[in-house]
Amino acid sequence: MAGQQIQPAYNQADTRQFILGRLHSLAGILPLGLFLIEHLYSNLTAVLGADAYNRQVQLLQSIPFLVVFEILFIFIPLIYHAGYGIHLAYLSKNNSFSYRYPRNWMFVLQRISGIVTLIFVVYHVWAFRISSVVTGMEVSFQTVQEHLSNPLILLFYIAGVLSTTFHFSNGLWAGLITWGVTVRPEAQRVSARITFGLFVILALTGIITLFAF
Amino acid sequence: MSKTIRIKVKRQDGADQNPYWEEFDIPYRPNMNVISALMEIQRNPVNVKGEKVRSVVWEYNCLEEVCGACSMVINNQVRQACSALVDQLEQPIVLEPMSTFPVEKDLVVNRQQMFEGLMKIKSWIEIDGTYSLGPGPRVTPEAQQDAYKYSTCMTCGCCLEACPNVNDHSPYLGPQAMAQARYFNMHPTGKRMEPERLQAVMSGEGIVNCGNSQNCVQVCPKEIPLTTALAELNGQVNRFAMKRWLKG
Repeated sequence: MAGQQIQPAYNQADTRQFILGRLHSLAGILPLGLFLIEHLYSNLTAVLGADAYNRQVQLLQSIPFLVVFEILFIFIPLIYHAGYGIHLAYLSKNNSFSYRYPRNWMFVLQRISGIVTLIFVVYHVWAFRISSVVTGMEVSFQTVQEHLSNPLILLFYIAGVLSTTFHFSNGLWAGLITWGVTVRPEAQRVSARITFGLFVILALTGIITLFAF
Repeated sequence: MSKTIRIKVKRQDGADQNPYWEEFDIPYRPNMNVISALMEIQRNPVNVKGEKVRSVVWEYNCLEEVCGACSMVINNQVRQACSALVDQLEQPIVLEPMSTFPVEKDLVVNRQQMFEGLMKIKSWIEIDGTYSLGPGPRVTPEAQQDAYKYSTCMTCGCCLEACPNVNDHSPYLGPQAMAQARYFNMHPTGKRMEPERLQAVMSGEGIVNCGNSQNCVQVCPKEIPLTTALAELNGQVNRFAMKRWLKG
């Protein structure tokens, strides 16, 4: 491009924020989104009974170098996505009471669900992953059943599942714009319907699973 | 018939003064807009307490929604005062200056940041050279129609006001500047400066700050397809960044 030679200064502009923002979107969709789907799918085996669920847990835990995958593809993207997300939530001045457009409500809900999901995930990871490493507790159908027998915890889990699946589905809708896939308003309306359908399916999957324990 | 209209104005005596509210009752006439209502206050600046006060200051120019000067927040919605018809508004009519911009006096704000944004995205087409550059390439009528929508931007500031991500602690230049980058890149001669514009779009003040609330396209009085421009720029700037990183 001709401009490149004429304007040597333009190669030096600060693009850190841009790269951090794109990594935030990428982390949310690829490692975290795929893991969420895998996680809901694996947990759904609880519907088939305790044996099926325990077999699935065994299968996942038998993955060689599991911890490396967990750290690289779940823990690091999660910490980054959450940290940058809190920064983003701080940057916006929510105005959905003045501008009551559906998309503006989704914008606010995306930020609220992000915070709720973070609280839920921190608790969930502590209860079933970290504490199992620390105390040697074995995760099985029975331990989950005991955990969810407290109605308050069950309620918290329902809220957590709704919040997480909404945050992912709505984030995917925005991600399709961020990555330049859905451009026309009509395309964005269709993707809104599809991602809403995804939210319903994922949320139902999670809630059905919770009641299977 | 002595119908009156109640108008509540958020006033400010100067740039460094505190704002305060003042209410006015003005005589009703059919087909009034917010501008003619403000003119009534100007004619007789007496508030509801019967005190004679300094008349309300606001900006206006074309009176036909093409200049962008009379943007203000009317009943919580940013819009042009000239096209805000009193008959269609709930009373009291609440008038506030746009909150995204520094207030100069009453409803007058300083929109300099938008013009600085236009400079940053290089919203011009370089046609000056040391020799005649000749006629530019032909533009198809379809491309003209497409570009025309973006050319109607009047720098009114509505999109920046409604955008939740344009504010004091966000560096975002706003939807207007982004759409203008897209507009000038559409022009065959303007396209020569596309790398520089995309560079500005890719900066910390650029498109990464867009949160897809899509308020901009809802409030734009000129119905500019701002979200389409933003989505197109997203794709362009991603490819641009990738190409620059991989190939230099």
